[in-house]
Amino acid sequence: MNYHWNWGIFLEQVKAGEETYLDWLITGLGWTLAVSLMAWVLALLCGSVVGTLRTAPHRGAAFAATAWVETFRNIPLLVQMFLWFFVAPELLPRDLALWVKQDMPAKEFFTAVICLGLFTSSRVAEQVRAGIQSLPRGQHMAGLALGFTLPQTYRFVILPMAFRIIVPPLTSEFMNIFKNSSVAFAIGVLELTFQARQMQEDSEQGIETYLAVTLLYFICAFLANRGMAWIEKRSRVPGLIAASR
Amino acid sequence: MKSALALGLTLAAALVAAQPAQADTLAKIKASGTLTMGIRESSYPLSYLDDKQQPIGYHIDVCNKIVDAVKAELKLPTLKVQHQPVTSQNRIPLVTNGTVDLECGSTTNNEARKKQVDFALTTFVTNVRMAVKKASGVTSLAQLDGKPVATTTGTTSVQLMRANEKGKNVNFKEVYGKDHADSFLMLETDRAVAFVMDDNLLAGLIVTSKNPADYAIVGEVLNVEPIAIMIRKDDPAFKKLVDSTVTGLMKNGELEKLYNKWFMAPIPPKGANMNFPMSDKLKELIKHPSDAPAEAYNKKS
Repeated sequence: MNYHWNWGIFLEQVKAGEETYLDWLITGLGWTLAVSLMAWVLALLCGSVVGTLRTAPHRGAAFAATAWVETFRNIPLLVQMFLWFFVAPELLPRDLALWVKQDMPAKEFFTAVICLGLFTSSRVAEQVRAGIQSLPRGQHMAGLALGFTLPQTYRFVILPMAFRIIVPPLTSEFMNIFKNSSVAFAIGVLELTFQARQMQEDSEQGIETYLAVTLLYFICAFLANRGMAWIEKRSRVPGLIAASR
Repeated sequence: MKSALALGLTLAAALVAAQPAQADTLAKIKASGTLTMGIRESSYPLSYLDDKQQPIGYHIDVCNKIVDAVKAELKLPTLKVQHQPVTSQNRIPLVTNGTVDLECGSTTNNEARKKQVDFALTTFVTNVRMAVKKASGVTSLAQLDGKPVATTTGTTSVQLMRANEKGKNVNFKEVYGKDHADSFLMLETDRAVAFVMDDNLLAGLIVTSKNPADYAIVGEVLNVEPIAIMIRKDDPAFKKLVDSTVTGLMKNGELEKLYNKWFMAPIPPKGANMNFPMSDKLKELIKHPSDAPAEAYNKKS
């Protein structure tokens, strides 16, 4: 292969500016972390509510929750990105739409957070539902028999156990969210994949660029994995299902 | 875990150890009996696919002349030509790793790329300018302070815009499309008031848009970029053959005929006419052929 290697490229200055290529990758990493972490908070909140509602003894609520999950789970993430970015503003009144399209600050960032957060919420919801349904029915009945209301039964009996059970699959989702955030480059968020494309175009050192970016994504996902493993260990209660190993 | 890490490191080491070698494209073509041509799918009208998915365009025609010259040089009348679609991300790796012998697309010749590949004599010159909606009344970059301006991710225009902001003390809100069609969509749907890109690409997008009469290409020239056919680096024999073919086309007036065929007349698939007269720069290059990179055209003031 006739490739001109240059591992020092990261410390070189970009063509039009004082910053180095490393600075580009670091700002890119910052946006990747910001999008992923904010989307994860949104996904956990919405996913918990929707997943719980799917098991509720109320047909309307359960139907709405199922519709939520199927909508966000069955459309490819990239298509959802474009729907939120290009289509959603067109449904607003004309003046508001123009504001969103031209003047709203950080619109790409918020669009990406909402899109990625809701997409992941459908997956979190399925895991929350699975966690709840994996508990013996007796738990639910015992809670009610003790005089708890239905919300209290969920709050004090079912959810504390369900959440402990689903920590391992949630770990995968948390790692996925960092990797999925790369789709946000398509609507112009200046995250890691965006900066990688920019750097490869500017420097023509594509292999070094993508190896570095691969390593950064790997580190993000790996730290997420270790963090969740720590939570898994800390939240384990002796005698509960999650602890039976 | 550890073994996976070790495997990764070994692969990385193998990549690093791969030594650059003297390229000999002609010997490779002779041995395999095939020449692989890199083509673009939608770089109107330089290199694109027609409605039968066949590559056509100005640079494809030039490359076919080069293929004829290779056949004559190697006395291989049965030489097979393979078409390999490339993108702006993979075109340089595919040339350096030996997949593509002759890249006939819309690649700017610049110094950073010259470290990896080599270029034939410049056969087209593009000016980076901006497309706007006529109704907006915008005619200059200076009017765009605080306004959203679109360009395409991973192109040289991004850096050009940043450099101009510093020089002219204006502040754009940059918005990025993932490809040229997306960036044009941003202009079309008022997400951006201008789209900064190579003028021939802008002209192509406008001609194929829903209402071509709504748009205009305006403003100062941000950069002049020589576009050329790309070949492997350090291959003097092949470069000489390619360059002498191109010079021949320039001298006997054939190149100008090809230019007029693709830029000044209706072209497939829709029969649109680009109406894009030859620039003075290119006329000059036809008289005095050159393979100088973009940096030579844009001396920093």
